[in-house]
Amino acid sequence: MTATKTAETPVALAGEPAVGLEQARAHGLSEDEYRAVERWLGRTPTFTELGVFSVMWSEHCSYKSSRRHLRMLPNKGPRVVGGAGENAGALEVGDGWVAVFKIESHNHPSFVEPYQGAATGVGGILRDIFTMGARPVASMDSLKFGAFDHPRTRHLLGGVVGGIGGYGNCVGVPTVAGEVMFDAAFNGNILVNAFCLGLARRDELQSARAQGPGNPVMYVGSATGRDGIHGASLLASAEFDASSEAKRPTVQVGDPFTEKLLIEACLEAMRSGAIVAIQDMGAAGLTSSSSEMAARGGLGIELDLDRIPLREAGLTPYEILLSESQERMLLVAQRGREAELAAIFARWDLHAVVVGKITEDQRWRVRWRGALVADIPAGALADQAPVYDRPAREPSKAPPRISSRPATAPAPPPAEALRRLLDSPNVGSKRWVYRQYDSMVQSNTMAGPGGDAAVLRIKGTHRGLALKVDSNPRACALDPYVGAAACVVEAARNVACAGARPIGLTNCLNYGNPERPEIMWQFIRGVEGIRDAALALETPVVSGNVSFYNETEGRAIPPTPTIAMLGVLEDAGRRVTQFFKRPGDAIILLRTAAPALAASEYAALFGCGAGALAALDLKRERALIEGLVAAADLGLIGSAHDVAEGGLAVALAECCFNPDGVLGAEIDGMPGGSGAEVFFGEGASAVVLSAAAGELEKLRGLFGGIEFSVIGRVAGEPRLRVAKVIDEDVRELMQIHEQAIVRRLAANG
Amino acid sequence: MKWGVVRFPGSLDDADALWALGQVMGQEARALWHKDEDLAGVQCVVLPGGFSYGDYLRCGAIARFSPIMKSVVRFANDGGLVIGICNGFQILCEAHLLPGALTRNRSLSFICERVNVRVENAATPFTCAARQGEVLRLPIKHGEGLYVAPAGELRAMEERGQVLLRYTDAAGRERDDANPNGSTRAIAGVANETFNVFGLMPHPEHAVEAALGGEDGRKIFRSIIMSVERTSAAKPGATSGGTSAGRSSSSSV
Repeated sequence: MTATKTAETPVALAGEPAVGLEQARAHGLSEDEYRAVERWLGRTPTFTELGVFSVMWSEHCSYKSSRRHLRMLPNKGPRVVGGAGENAGALEVGDGWVAVFKIESHNHPSFVEPYQGAATGVGGILRDIFTMGARPVASMDSLKFGAFDHPRTRHLLGGVVGGIGGYGNCVGVPTVAGEVMFDAAFNGNILVNAFCLGLARRDELQSARAQGPGNPVMYVGSATGRDGIHGASLLASAEFDASSEAKRPTVQVGDPFTEKLLIEACLEAMRSGAIVAIQDMGAAGLTSSSSEMAARGGLGIELDLDRIPLREAGLTPYEILLSESQERMLLVAQRGREAELAAIFARWDLHAVVVGKITEDQRWRVRWRGALVADIPAGALADQAPVYDRPAREPSKAPPRISSRPATAPAPPPAEALRRLLDSPNVGSKRWVYRQYDSMVQSNTMAGPGGDAAVLRIKGTHRGLALKVDSNPRACALDPYVGAAACVVEAARNVACAGARPIGLTNCLNYGNPERPEIMWQFIRGVEGIRDAALALETPVVSGNVSFYNETEGRAIPPTPTIAMLGVLEDAGRRVTQFFKRPGDAIILLRTAAPALAASEYAALFGCGAGALAALDLKRERALIEGLVAAADLGLIGSAHDVAEGGLAVALAECCFNPDGVLGAEIDGMPGGSGAEVFFGEGASAVVLSAAAGELEKLRGLFGGIEFSVIGRVAGEPRLRVAKVIDEDVRELMQIHEQAIVRRLAANG
Repeated sequence: MKWGVVRFPGSLDDADALWALGQVMGQEARALWHKDEDLAGVQCVVLPGGFSYGDYLRCGAIARFSPIMKSVVRFANDGGLVIGICNGFQILCEAHLLPGALTRNRSLSFICERVNVRVENAATPFTCAARQGEVLRLPIKHGEGLYVAPAGELRAMEERGQVLLRYTDAAGRERDDANPNGSTRAIAGVANETFNVFGLMPHPEHAVEAALGGEDGRKIFRSIIMSVERTSAAKPGATSGGTSAGRSSSSSV
């Protein structure tokens, strides 16, 4: 091998298909893109090179449709370290600690093969975190399935939850929160968005930027097999149709045990100081990790495929370069310290093999059996993919309301509606899901799943971190801008209900086919909504992921931006939970606007009263969040619960479901009347607090400009009484809530 | 006292056990590497939870062959105190240091939740800080915790008082719906015949701090500390954790 420039050009290998426009199209490249490849090379690409370009320029890897719009997201702030661009974003959380976090989709693989699809989604996001030098400390998942009674839902639900648990439980990272929704709009395209949070000391953060020509490139972890080839290009970057089942071989297979060894070995190797740069082999595997590290450093790289550990003989260069086999890392080592690193990995029974070196000439060059098989400018692969300004157009007719049936029968009375809502799988307890996840390992979980936001402590400090993932496809279907902004606000409000100050977010943007102007319009409006809310709340967007082509046979999912918010508690001991604590405490309702039934579970169940989403007043939203953080910090409140699916009546019931002892509530009257929108509306940002009567005046002062109504008091007797309309036994309501999913699964047989 | 927590590849709750013992309970706790054979003079060996070797063959089936386990078996046979939690319990059964075996939960799924267990024999080195019949609230998190053993063996174990913990409701009553994994006779933890080896599916190391949901797990560790102190007092200069405190445990169940 030589790093000097050479007149040698890569040649076609025996048995490889001929390369031309047809072959390029079969790889998912357009004619313009294929011509651009020819221009970059000054010649016809080899079959191997064509494969490499097709994955690196796929929507999934290149963000070619979204990149110009993502630039509008705010990513600066006093706590931001580095910023988006490497593998995940990082924020300072105090006492020298840095939080590294990101959310990513694994939608299509999970639909085709739910267990492995979801499992490898968890594995992939974990690697994005520890490759930054941070120990993964918590996971969350946002899941969207089709209607509960759809024939595929049970299989997909069981597979996805099993895969998340199977991987997360075995790798020793607690799954602390999440969300699960069922709606017919996802019958043909489920969503599986996996989030991971890691913690590192500020000076321990690792780079993914190659440095030092001559430095060796090492391959660590599992051997390379044929799994996952074209996962990024053909599976993630195309719509579904009847043939999608045949794409199952593009789904990778996970091995959480090896991942656990990789985490420990990589963190130990990083502490040695012998690693210059490191990146996981995710989408597009060896190709993306090698070309991206080289391009970031303005350098080149040479790989020798004969040294790559292979799971089976006979893999072609094309297959080796495009494999998405899991649990593999690529690193640039300091020259002369290879043996030291290999010894650390050997201690964990992992191979670490030198497979190439960093060069000065900015070329991405690959050899196999002595022959040059690819020679491409590294930048052409990593960051010079075409960028599109795709046409966007607002649809002329109103978007169809999802899952809101026409009113065929009059809506039931409030007490009955409350029971029916608590029995809905979207409102009912998700215990069946989260009890399959280890939420305790690592001994940091102060508040696990089943509440608003999860709270983790940071050992050795007084600090806590609160985290929550939120999305609202129904609201986004009505208004992609307001819906997206509302998701940001909701996630922040949940974190604030736990007493934490929201400090930053990551997003996973799930949309349909961006080549359709109305989808592109939804996407741009969504990004604008996130931008405006993130600016208003001063919560920078530190990382993210875009998932397009979420459609089946021309039917797109509703726009679904998923927001994961991180918050900091200066004193974790001041965290607040959603449950009422003391009989006699006053119950307070905070609201930023009048409630409405638009996009509500009530409308979905009873088919009435939808209409448009009200605009958000971001100043008031910010004031509500600030008030909640201050109230917790001053220790003025006993509980705080965000009003979400099912509206105020459901929220009040949930506040009573205290696991340490069920309580009741006496509500004298609902401000705003007794219409269904007051009891069950979800439109407005609303929070239910409880506090000692003596604190009310101080408390009111913290929420200037926000509707602040004392609506009743916590009761020792476990009954929920609302005016003269609802009078229910809380234990019965709790039982309904608890059984919503379980009884359906049992009935489904 | 000196504790050693074995770290197998795939151990997950090893750091939690070290934290609970070292930071929370002020003990001298160190990690023991699976490739070593040296137990470093510890007085109690902890086999932690996790998925040793990925549990790909059978839970605990590979870990029992690791170098450190040779020393652990020797240590146990010499009367040294060994506690296996969750995957550690599975390893102890595979290594034949404890009777019986752990199989898939009857729900066929992983379960993570806090449960109640009743102390069935408080006269052992692992339970002496609790009252007989006391109900402890401890978390479980496992997919294979359904305890089985041959009927004759079970009968003998019950007679000898080897069943130390049983799943019950909060009031200490045995109920089928309080048995989270379908274990035979609702067994949550068992000791060997000489009461120096203990395996349990619940995680006492995850119940040592009120801020994380409970402190009942301390009673298990405090029992071990008390019994070692008692033994050391009886035998000045003793360094091994061997004890016979549990032998007298014929207390009825």
